[in-house]
Amino acid sequence: MRKKNKNHIDTNTTAGRVFDVFNNLLMVALIFVTLYPLYYVVMCSVSDPKLLLAHEGPLAWWLGEFTLEGYELALNNPNILVGFGNTMFNLIVGTVLNMTFSILAAFVLTRKYFYLRNVMMKMMIFTMFFSGGLIPLFFVVKHVGVYNTRWANTIPYLISTYNVIIMRSFFVSLPDSLEEAALIDGASDTQILMHIVLPLSKPVLAVIGLYYAVGHWNSWFPSMVFIRNTKLYTLQYVLRGILITNSMSVASGDNVLSVQEISFASELVKYCTIIVSTVPIMCVYPFLTKYFEKGVMIGAVKG
Amino acid sequence: MAHRTLNKRKPWYKLLWQNILKYPQLYLMALPVLLWYIVFQYGPMYGLIIAFQRYVPSKPILKNQFVGMKNFMDFLADPYFIRVLRNTLVINFYLLIFAFPAAIIFALLLNELRGARLKKLTQTVTYMPHFISAMVICGLAVDFFKADGMLTSILVSALGVEKTNLLSIKDYFRPIYVAMQIWQETGWDSIIFVAALSGIDPTLYEAAVMDGAGRFKRVWHITLPSIMPTIIILLILRIGNMMTLGWEKIVLLYNQMTYETADVISTYVYRRGLIQFDYSFSAAVGFFNSIVNFLLLITANTLSRKVNETSLW
Repeated sequence: MRKKNKNHIDTNTTAGRVFDVFNNLLMVALIFVTLYPLYYVVMCSVSDPKLLLAHEGPLAWWLGEFTLEGYELALNNPNILVGFGNTMFNLIVGTVLNMTFSILAAFVLTRKYFYLRNVMMKMMIFTMFFSGGLIPLFFVVKHVGVYNTRWANTIPYLISTYNVIIMRSFFVSLPDSLEEAALIDGASDTQILMHIVLPLSKPVLAVIGLYYAVGHWNSWFPSMVFIRNTKLYTLQYVLRGILITNSMSVASGDNVLSVQEISFASELVKYCTIIVSTVPIMCVYPFLTKYFEKGVMIGAVKG
Repeated sequence: MAHRTLNKRKPWYKLLWQNILKYPQLYLMALPVLLWYIVFQYGPMYGLIIAFQRYVPSKPILKNQFVGMKNFMDFLADPYFIRVLRNTLVINFYLLIFAFPAAIIFALLLNELRGARLKKLTQTVTYMPHFISAMVICGLAVDFFKADGMLTSILVSALGVEKTNLLSIKDYFRPIYVAMQIWQETGWDSIIFVAALSGIDPTLYEAAVMDGAGRFKRVWHITLPSIMPTIIILLILRIGNMMTLGWEKIVLLYNQMTYETADVISTYVYRRGLIQFDYSFSAAVGFFNSIVNFLLLITANTLSRKVNETSLW
């Protein structure tokens, strides 16, 4: 990586200094604008719902007494728990499947003696430019028997061609010498993949794996289109009922609440679910930026 | 390639068979991948046949009545044809003139920062919204723009807009959508530009300083031309994705009151196909969408090759 600040030679003019101050302030403002919506939601989520409903405009701090009641309601809500379970299943099983298929695809595309290599590469790239569209995909999902099963969340979008290309360009960049030595020793393709390519590719595997995992955590579209059974909805799709259509009752079944209490509870639960479903992402995303920062995508797409 | 020219006389299937016998493991690895692509990527392309039929799901696909181009003609004659086409183009045009340059300007400003720590912090923070799910982003928008929402109340006092649910007013849908997109993606979109900026040869700047070029001049004459190929490629990619980009968020945010300005081709396909069950009609609309998308990509690429000697392929 090159050193930063290359264009800072001779900037000690007044205009240069004024610009620097302005630029620094602008960046601080952008950080604020990015973070404030989430800060606001955090503050709402621990506020007194009565005061919150009466309040308008931005918040600097929580209103009334600090409360974790919303989180309690959210985490005891059966729909949210079922959604969370489904999402975790997709995240674990789905990511393993995503990675298996992507690694196989990327690996065979690096084998120069693979007769179908060019055809397969073209066949995959073409899908990035043209697709059959949603309606035909819907019928494919129905015909192969995946429709309205929990696999509908993972199988239709199993391989991301983009990720395969990134992985492949990493595999290609590995030094040839180890592999050549292994080939001379009579290693098979499976052995080369398992003992040479994969151990050397841990960083890219981690990033792509996280990328798929984040995709599963955030997934709701397949639930909307390919699933009817509400017990199979992902967490994010359950959130639709809470955040957007307001169609889901947030109170758990056992205690009878008045209309007003329900509106208080749903106000709180709304903010709490946003936080609960976003915090895990905030913990892992810094690890995801590494490969993209080096402009791998451009290189990969061009190459 | 050498492999192929050496065996010129043998037909491809014999060569393939030899290759399979020689490297069976390789083909075992490729098989599941090929199957998935054939079923879930090429299967839907085959399924586009229903766009030329009056398709009834209970019948096998080829047993349905063929109606030629009728579904496409129906779409062209559809009163909503102009509306969805206009919305698709206008929303994308707004994204191109506001969101796309925003990422470039942001990258240039980051590049001018003196402190490495502030730069790193700003980058890390502004990447974050990209990873938040569309559902949560739209949930935030619904909450912030409701009649007594946080942003509504700011806009009421700052710009004097009407105190009501702003997402139910058709004139506000596009600005809100574009603003959301800028908030969510500018940081992430700047990554590639920042990477391109870090690859610029520092001696160019030194030479420019010798020639007496000021800071702004250096940005104009060195920095921008240096990242121009990257800008062109991303512009091509953006134009190529234009027909599908971000429509999931529109599905979550639009409603009958805002269809007039918000309904794009992809959302129309979804609604007509999977909510109103007009399968053949919406498959035809989707096909139209995919073709336009493909043509856009090819045109943009050809243009950029002519003008700039930069192209995707």
